[in-house]
Amino acid sequence: MSEAKKSTPVNAPVLYDEQNTFRGVSKRLFRENKIAVVSLIVILIFLLGAVFAPWLTEYGYEDIDAINRLGKPSKEHLLGTDELGRDVLTRMLYGSRISLLVGIVPTVISMLAGAALGIIAGYIGGRVDSIIMRLADIMLAFPSMLLAMVIMYTLGDGIINIFLALALVNWASVARIVRSETLKLRETEFVEAARSIGVSPFKIMRRHIMPNCIPSMIVLFTLNIPSAILSESSLSFLGLGIQKPMASWGLMVNTGRQYLYTAPWMSLAPSIAIMLIVLAFNFLGDGLRDVLDPHLKKQ
Amino acid sequence: MKKMTLQVRDLCTSFFTDKGEIKAVNNVSFDVPKRGIIGIVGESGCGKSMTARSVMRLIKYPGRIVSGSITLEGKELTRLTESEMANVRGEEISMIFQEPMTSLNPVMKAGRQVQEVVMLHRKVSKKEARAEVLRMFEKVGISEPEKRYECYPHELSGGLRQRVMIAMAMICRPKLLIADEPTTALDVTVEAQILELMRNLRDEIGTSIMLISHNLGVVAEICDYVHVMYAGRVVEQAETFELFDNPRHPYTIGLMNAVDSLERKQAVLDTIPGTVPNLLGLGEGCSFAPRCGRRTGRCDQMSELIEVVPGHLVRCHCHRQEVR
Amino acid sequence: MEKNALIAAKKLTVEFSLSGNKKVHAVSDVSLDVYEHEVLALVGESGCGKSTLGKAMVQLIRPTGGEVSFKGTPITGMSRKAFQEYRRQMQIVFQDPYASLDPRMSVRDIVAEPLETHCVCPTKAETTERVVELLKAVGLTSDHLYRYAHQFSGGQRQRIGIARAIALNPAFIVCDEPVSALDVSVQNQILNLLKDLQGRFGLTYLFISHDLSVVRFIADRVCVMFLGKLCELGDTETIYEKPMHPYTRFLLDAIPKADPHQRRGERLLLSGELPSPVNPPSGCRFHTRCPYATGKCKATEPPLHSVEGRLVACHLYE
Repeated sequence: MSEAKKSTPVNAPVLYDEQNTFRGVSKRLFRENKIAVVSLIVILIFLLGAVFAPWLTEYGYEDIDAINRLGKPSKEHLLGTDELGRDVLTRMLYGSRISLLVGIVPTVISMLAGAALGIIAGYIGGRVDSIIMRLADIMLAFPSMLLAMVIMYTLGDGIINIFLALALVNWASVARIVRSETLKLRETEFVEAARSIGVSPFKIMRRHIMPNCIPSMIVLFTLNIPSAILSESSLSFLGLGIQKPMASWGLMVNTGRQYLYTAPWMSLAPSIAIMLIVLAFNFLGDGLRDVLDPHLKKQ
Repeated sequence: MKKMTLQVRDLCTSFFTDKGEIKAVNNVSFDVPKRGIIGIVGESGCGKSMTARSVMRLIKYPGRIVSGSITLEGKELTRLTESEMANVRGEEISMIFQEPMTSLNPVMKAGRQVQEVVMLHRKVSKKEARAEVLRMFEKVGISEPEKRYECYPHELSGGLRQRVMIAMAMICRPKLLIADEPTTALDVTVEAQILELMRNLRDEIGTSIMLISHNLGVVAEICDYVHVMYAGRVVEQAETFELFDNPRHPYTIGLMNAVDSLERKQAVLDTIPGTVPNLLGLGEGCSFAPRCGRRTGRCDQMSELIEVVPGHLVRCHCHRQEVR
Repeated sequence: MEKNALIAAKKLTVEFSLSGNKKVHAVSDVSLDVYEHEVLALVGESGCGKSTLGKAMVQLIRPTGGEVSFKGTPITGMSRKAFQEYRRQMQIVFQDPYASLDPRMSVRDIVAEPLETHCVCPTKAETTERVVELLKAVGLTSDHLYRYAHQFSGGQRQRIGIARAIALNPAFIVCDEPVSALDVSVQNQILNLLKDLQGRFGLTYLFISHDLSVVRFIADRVCVMFLGKLCELGDTETIYEKPMHPYTRFLLDAIPKADPHQRRGERLLLSGELPSPVNPPSGCRFHTRCPYATGKCKATEPPLHSVEGRLVACHLYE
């Protein structure tokens, strides 16, 4: 039953955009998943805002308007001002530079490292597996916040160190999930078939295991971005991350909490920004996963 | 007139997908006589399993029974509510599946699972239910029933698991047993045992059996009456001996030649060219026509089931006999 | 005519360790020659070790003991690099046409993989050309190049698997239950194709199957296995005409015939279940299910010996 239902007529001509080239994928994404396209646009807008922050606002992120403290949103200050009278919109634009970087860069690093280690551990097995997985267990055994704090404390402040700290905290869980996926894939007949052809272990991992791990990696990616953005805010809150007067969304949410009743815009604006960017990454991830998966395609 | 356990008339089951309606079961009618074993044969995708599921009313979304009637000893099953139907399942009709491993709960002892079925349908104490299960285990040929009762499914071999499934299906002495490819996952020697067991249970308990299989050998072995399905329709039906002696539909003939040619030592095996059609967007014409050697202009229109000999029906304009 | 063994197993043993010092004795002390240009069928029930033996012969599974030699050169224990040259000579067609093709690769990439791995074609275009040639050889067309496996029916997928296996012009192919997942009419198409390719390219097959009825058409010799041991080995017709080992007889007898006039009725029925390969029975491994078993069968293991032009491992024929 299932077979007849799933298969499409095989003799239909092959369209160029059915292949997994950049052009093919983007064409399919555009045709089949409008929400993902909208998400992509949202992400682009945020990125542009971060890059062109100085041209988009007349204030600097340190400019203090002492008379207009905790000012309501108005014509001059579209999103109001904070406890020192600084423009919230301006601080958000500048803050997005940090938050987006902190959201994406450590996540990408930890994804790549975690996936590579997970695949190696799962595919090669034996002692290599034990060593990598015990290391991961050790990482997971520490409370992640504490670990990040220790790393920040030893390395000192600064954005590069935040990247390192967050990447170090996150790789272990990625490695674990990718490893279990690899263990499943290792036993499949198509991997055995590749071995029977004489494909080298490294190539099997790259060509057969990794592409089949991508769906779960995309899910992990979209889950890890918001947690990285929020971790940065906690670190900054504890005085280990971004230092005042620099701005980041997490830091702004944190300071805004004290004025939640008197000046709700202070924490609401960055919160909504975090939510938007997280949702956008989620939808984009879902869309990419569907489009990249030949099974789901064309059904 | 023989008494019928199950009568199915003009059953249509379709799946409604984004791409359109898939007619998985298309105007299928058949009877299961009391104490009879009928077989439904066909290749994967022909709708044989969906026919069985329709009788159990186990069709999942986006599929549903579109029309037709299913009567079990005078009771119309299509009009029952879901909870009434739940009472019918297991008690009056039960089903065994191809893969006995996935049909059993892996974390529950085999005996307990059967015991649960007893207690669900009958008001008996745990002790009585257990005794009943052990009796049934013995009847389906499980050696050391006491020991097997305490086993988890993974501790049993494929054959034993299928016996547990049969015990579970038969414990309420249902009127009808639907066996969906019951021996496909088993080895030939075990398959022979299970078929033997099904025949014995029919004789002893008097259950009617509806056997779904892709294997002509299995059907020839135990069925009284056989329906051949292709692309959602019954294309030929006859009493077993008549069907195997005088197949009329080109598809049936093709299948039988394919099986027979394995035994004759010939240079090239007989095959049916092409593949099973996609059920989506089947036209008006005979769905077998593209693979058929007897195709004529008339095949643009699907034939009716024609009674060529009493009890032998063929859905083909060109139902002449072929010397085999 | 002198027959040359293309690939030979000598006292091959494969064991898998389980937790608690237990071992699965999948293949025990099996010696088997596969002659050049023949089809040797390996038949037995699930769990008898036939697939393991097949995979051990092409080094997909490391044997625990014994030796495999290819054209006289021992290949067991070779390094991966040294073995690569032999790898080209021996390929495998898998059982499940759904699981054996990477769902994320197009047909072109699947069939091109062996060519690229062994650097057979210098350019991409030549590789594609060769892939099209291979697809044509197995009855597919260049229209199928950029499709994914899930868009094909089972039979077509198996054809893709076969195209991949013959891509490197191997001498020896292990067909591991290549038709057991297919429908009857398609099964015959694939069997015809395999036989046709064997003739055309002078291939040697080790054809593994649980179904004796499939084997008769394709095999020159048949080897019956039970629980990691060989029971009977001989020319196909002699085995079908007059099976000697009790197990072979049961296997042949159990096949349901597509003819209601030959219903089993009072035919033989094998009782009991397959013993566990973790604790194989002493002596002859079949004695627990064998109706002719004597005390001797329980005590000593029967060796393979020659009877009426075949090899049988049974005390009945000593």
